[in-house]
Amino acid sequence: MSLVARDLGVDLDRRRVLSGVSIEVHRGEVLGLIGPNGAGKSTLLRSLGGLVRPVTGEVAIDGSRLSSLRPRKRAARVAYVAQDTAAAADVTAAELVLMGRYAHRRRLSRTDTSDEEVVRDALEAVGIARLADRAVPSLSGGERQLVQIARALAQRAGMLLLDEPTSALDVRHQLRVFEILRARADAGVGVAVVLHDLNDASRYCDRLAVLHRGRLVAHGAPEHIITPERIAAVYRIAATVDADVFGYPHIHPTAPHRAPRSAAPTGGTP
Amino acid sequence: MLVADVVSEASRPAPEVGTRAARRRRRTGVLFGLAGATAAVFVVSLGLGPVPIAPGDIITVLLHAHGGDAGGVENGLVITQLRLPRALLALLAGAGLAVAGAAMQAYFRNPLAEPGVTGVASGAAVGAVTVIVLGAGAVAAWVLPVAAFIGAAAVLVVIQLIALVARDRSPVTVLLLGIAMNAFCGAVTGAIVANADDSQTVRGALFWLQGDLTSASWNDLALVAVPAVLGIACLSGMTRELNALLLGDETAESMGVSVARVRAALLVLSAVIVGGVVAVTGVIGFVGLVAPHAVRLMLGSDHRSLLPGAAMLGGMFLVAADTVARLAPGGGSWQTGIVTALVGAPVFVVLVLRTRGIARRAA
Repeated sequence: MSLVARDLGVDLDRRRVLSGVSIEVHRGEVLGLIGPNGAGKSTLLRSLGGLVRPVTGEVAIDGSRLSSLRPRKRAARVAYVAQDTAAAADVTAAELVLMGRYAHRRRLSRTDTSDEEVVRDALEAVGIARLADRAVPSLSGGERQLVQIARALAQRAGMLLLDEPTSALDVRHQLRVFEILRARADAGVGVAVVLHDLNDASRYCDRLAVLHRGRLVAHGAPEHIITPERIAAVYRIAATVDADVFGYPHIHPTAPHRAPRSAAPTGGTP
Repeated sequence: MLVADVVSEASRPAPEVGTRAARRRRRTGVLFGLAGATAAVFVVSLGLGPVPIAPGDIITVLLHAHGGDAGGVENGLVITQLRLPRALLALLAGAGLAVAGAAMQAYFRNPLAEPGVTGVASGAAVGAVTVIVLGAGAVAAWVLPVAAFIGAAAVLVVIQLIALVARDRSPVTVLLLGIAMNAFCGAVTGAIVANADDSQTVRGALFWLQGDLTSASWNDLALVAVPAVLGIACLSGMTRELNALLLGDETAESMGVSVARVRAALLVLSAVIVGGVVAVTGVIGFVGLVAPHAVRLMLGSDHRSLLPGAAMLGGMFLVAADTVARLAPGGGSWQTGIVTALVGAPVFVVLVLRTRGIARRAA
C-alpha cells in the first residue's frame, strides 16, 4: 500500500524539470525530499499529489493511476500542503480546516457532527484547538502553517505531502511540525516532505530521496545518504558528517566560517 | 518537553460552543437584518414619488397584486404598473451585479474585480449597443441579452488569457487590464454609436449607456429575472468551491476541487448575470464592488454568508439609488447609474480606508 511514481518526467515552461524519477512513499514512513534549489523537489511533490501532469511515466496510489481518479477521490487519498500559506481568506481557523472536508462531503449537504468532530480532532492534533475561532489573517505565520496542516489532516488521506512546512517557522513551531509528521506516520499515514535543512531531514525522516538537476540520484536511510561525498557532489560544498546526540548524521559545512575558536563552546549561562 | 508542550496545548479545552454559537448568531442576525432592511427600503421606495402612498396601502396592494385590482387602493395602479416592476428590476439587477462581483472577486482572487472595473460590463455594453443601433432587438426579446452576454464573456476570456500569459492576477494587473478593456470597449461603443444612422437611436443608446431603469416594465423584469435568478442560484450552490479558491488554485485542487471546471463555470455564470442585467439596465457601476466589500467587512470571506449578504445589500443599494434617481431635483432626469456612482465612489473609499485600518491593527 503506497504512492508510487514510475519513470516520471515533467516539463514546466517547456523546460524539463524532472526526468525518469521512480520512487515510492510507503504508509507509516516519513520520506524526506532533499536537494539544492531548482532540483525539482517541489515539482516531484506536486506530481505525487496529482497536481502536475507528467509528460512521461505515471503516479499510482494503491494500484490506481492518480490521473484516472476524480479530484474528490484523489483528495480523499492524498493531501497536500503548499509552501505558501499566505491565505487571503478572512475565515476562522475552524472554517479553513473544515474546507479540508470537501472531498468527503456531498454537494449542498450541511456540515454534520462527524465533520465537526474531524475538524476538532485535526485542530487538537496540531495543538491549535484554542485558535479555532480566530480569524486566519490575524494569526502568525507559524500558526497559519499549523492551520494548513490541520486542514490537510482533516482530509483524512492515507498520504500526506508537505512542501517545506517548516521554512517560515521558529524552532519551536518547527519541532511541533516534525512531532506531528512523526505521529501521523506512526498512525499509518505515508508522509513525504520537502526539506532544505539536511540535519532536520536526517533526524526526522525514515528515508531520504536526493534530487539533483531533475533526477533522483540516491535514496535510502539517512545514514547512507548524508555523506560528505554526496553533499560535495550535489550541493558543491565541503562538509564533515558526524553523529548528533541521538546518533543521527549531522553535517558541518567546513566553509565559510568564523575563525576557529580556541576553546570548546561553554553552552551559555550555567 | 516538546511532547508535553504539544500535549498540553492539545488538551486545552476545544473552542467553547458558546463562542462558535455566538458567531453563528451574529451571522444569522446580520443576514436577517439585511433582509429586513431590504424589505423596508423596498416598501418605502414603492411609496415615494409624485403620488405618495402609505406603507399600509402598499402592503395591501402587494397582497392583491396578483389579482390585478390593486386591492381597491386609490392610485394602486401606480404601484402595480409603474413602481413595482421598476423596484423589482432594481432589486434583481442589484442582487445579480453584487453576486457576479463576488464571484469575479473569487475568480481573480482580487477584491477590485467587479463587472464595471474589469470592463466586463463595458463588453456587455458593446454587444447591447450593437444590437440597439442595428435595430436587431426588434427580431426577438432575447437578442439583446444574448449579445450582451457574448460581449461580457468575450472580455472575461480576454482578461483571463492575458492573466494566464502574464502569470499575474495581482490587483494592479487586473486593474490595469480593466482600464484597458474599459477604454477599448468604450471606443468601440463610441464608434458604433457615432456611425449610427438614426439620431433618435443614438440618443437612446447614449441614455441607456449611463444605466437607467426609467422605462422598466414587467417584460424587462422577465428578461433580467431569468439570467439573474439562474446565475445567483447556480453560484449559491458553489459556495464551497468559491471558498476553496480563496486558498489558491493548487490547494483547492489538492482538496478535490476541479479548479478548471469551477473557473469555467464562474466565467459563464458571471457573464450570464452581467449580460442579462446590462442588456436591460445599461451599465451600472459600483454595486458589484461595494456590496461584497461591505458584507466581507461585516461577515468575513466565507461565501456561504457572503453571497446572500451581498445579494441583499446589492439589491437594497440599487433600489435606494433608483428611488433617489426618481426623486432627484430636475424632474427625475437623473439616471440610476449616475446615483450609484455618486454614492458608490465615496462609500467605497470609506470601505477601503476602513479595511486598511483593520489590516494595520491586525498586523
